[in-house]
Amino acid sequence: MLEVRDISAAYGPVQVLRGVSFSLGAGEIMCLLGRNGAGKTTVMKCIMGLLPLSAGQITLGGIALDRLAAHEISRHGVGYVPQGRRLFSELTVAQNLEVGRLARRSGPEVLDHVLGIFPRLAERLDQRAETLSGGEQQMLAMARALCLEPRLLLLDEPTEGLQPSMIEAIRHVVLDVQAAGVAVLLVEQRVDAVLSVASRVTFVENGQSREAMDIEALRADRSALVRYLGVQ
Amino acid sequence: MEFGPYLMLASLEGAVTTAVLSLTAVGLSLVFGVMRVVNVAHGEFFMLGAVLAWWIASAIGGMGGNPALGFVIALVLAPLVVGSIAAVADLTILSRIDYDPERTIVATIGLLYIMQQVTLMTYGPDARPVEAPFNARIALPWVEFADGRPQIYWPWGFGTTTYKLGVIVAAAIVLLGVWFVMARTRIGLIMRATQLDRDMALAFGIPVGRVYAFVFGLGAGLAALAAVLVVPIQQAHYLMGGDPLLLSFIVVIIGGLGSLPGTVLAALLIGMSDGIISVFFSPTLAKIIATLLVALVLVFRPQGLFGTRATR
Repeated sequence: MLEVRDISAAYGPVQVLRGVSFSLGAGEIMCLLGRNGAGKTTVMKCIMGLLPLSAGQITLGGIALDRLAAHEISRHGVGYVPQGRRLFSELTVAQNLEVGRLARRSGPEVLDHVLGIFPRLAERLDQRAETLSGGEQQMLAMARALCLEPRLLLLDEPTEGLQPSMIEAIRHVVLDVQAAGVAVLLVEQRVDAVLSVASRVTFVENGQSREAMDIEALRADRSALVRYLGVQ
Repeated sequence: MEFGPYLMLASLEGAVTTAVLSLTAVGLSLVFGVMRVVNVAHGEFFMLGAVLAWWIASAIGGMGGNPALGFVIALVLAPLVVGSIAAVADLTILSRIDYDPERTIVATIGLLYIMQQVTLMTYGPDARPVEAPFNARIALPWVEFADGRPQIYWPWGFGTTTYKLGVIVAAAIVLLGVWFVMARTRIGLIMRATQLDRDMALAFGIPVGRVYAFVFGLGAGLAALAAVLVVPIQQAHYLMGGDPLLLSFIVVIIGGLGSLPGTVLAALLIGMSDGIISVFFSPTLAKIIATLLVALVLVFRPQGLFGTRATR
């Protein structure tokens, strides 16, 4: 469904991506793994059109995302949960979710469905996003992305700074989303979290994609984790 | 006239200044808040509104139409025309330079001179009045205690005009409208989301380029509307944009860049003090004090009284 072919991108004069390729099927969870600064978040920004490509192509179900304006990409069903959540901090929970529904003009039933997944948000609809706890903010970031009924969900460090119970709750939500047929592209530093949800991983190093492997293969032979991340 | 009625008169003048300044400064604040653009040409959009009002009112009057009708048409048409010019300027100039902070300042200075000189070449150097649609004089009473009981009397020259009161009411209605749009409508939500995080707005399908063009047009339109309201009191002139620009910047900095409630409160503070100090001392002293206030705010509270720091 998602095809990323040999993409390169730069922040001004600094070349960050130098050829990243991978593909992702419907209902699949794939994780980009790599050290800090390897270019994982930049790949997400390129998919969302927030950073232009200097080479390569990104297609989603045959649609060339790299030729669309940034604001048109979410209309094709790409939901984004960025690193650090980046909520509309001064807007209420309800208003953040309303923004999430704008792209695809999702109906009120979508909001009900999403609030069913995150009942804690339903109790805080009139609360400003910046006043929520870290875990609630992460829930809101995911709920906002789910409000546009995505077929591809980009999750950038969703467990960053969260307590174990919240990480577990988010793991369940990700698996439920996958079960509904949504493709999930995950960037995550916590190897245990990756191993418990992902079906495949692609290692990224110095702005280039290296090895891609199934999660079972990685569980059986963790040497790639040592090679690319320096962890067991 | 004694001090009390004199102060009351000065306050009424201050209220008119506040009304016009609020509209102008809210336009500037919207543009900075949502787009992070320091629009140096804002005063020229004000001037253009006044000049267009004169043109429209003269054209209607020349055709034998009622001057009040000419004013009403100008009140609707001038902000729309000025807003459209601003939106086109945004799409053709500011978006091309990617809203880079330094380059937008230079670009809007360029716009300032283009609008000023084109107006000079077409409208000329004269100051020209627009007839107010209604302008009845209202004498105001004053109460004083004499012989142990209150006595009402009518000091000579103590009063205002229905038009000035109309300006205050019209500005209040428009400001309420702006608040309603920002706080209660979908377009307001879109503008606020864009203001808070441009990239996330894009990621959630908001066409930020179009929002910017709309906001730039809206800001200029509000300045033009303020100018149409004030032109029966001040006259239209090609150099009249300087003072509104300076005062709007003062108000927006004191209120907090991008904060609409802060802008209105700062406009109240600056407008009232400008009116009162101008009447009792001199307009120059009023500007000196306002500028000093800005310096104090910049030193002790750089984000302004109600300002917040937004992510971009």
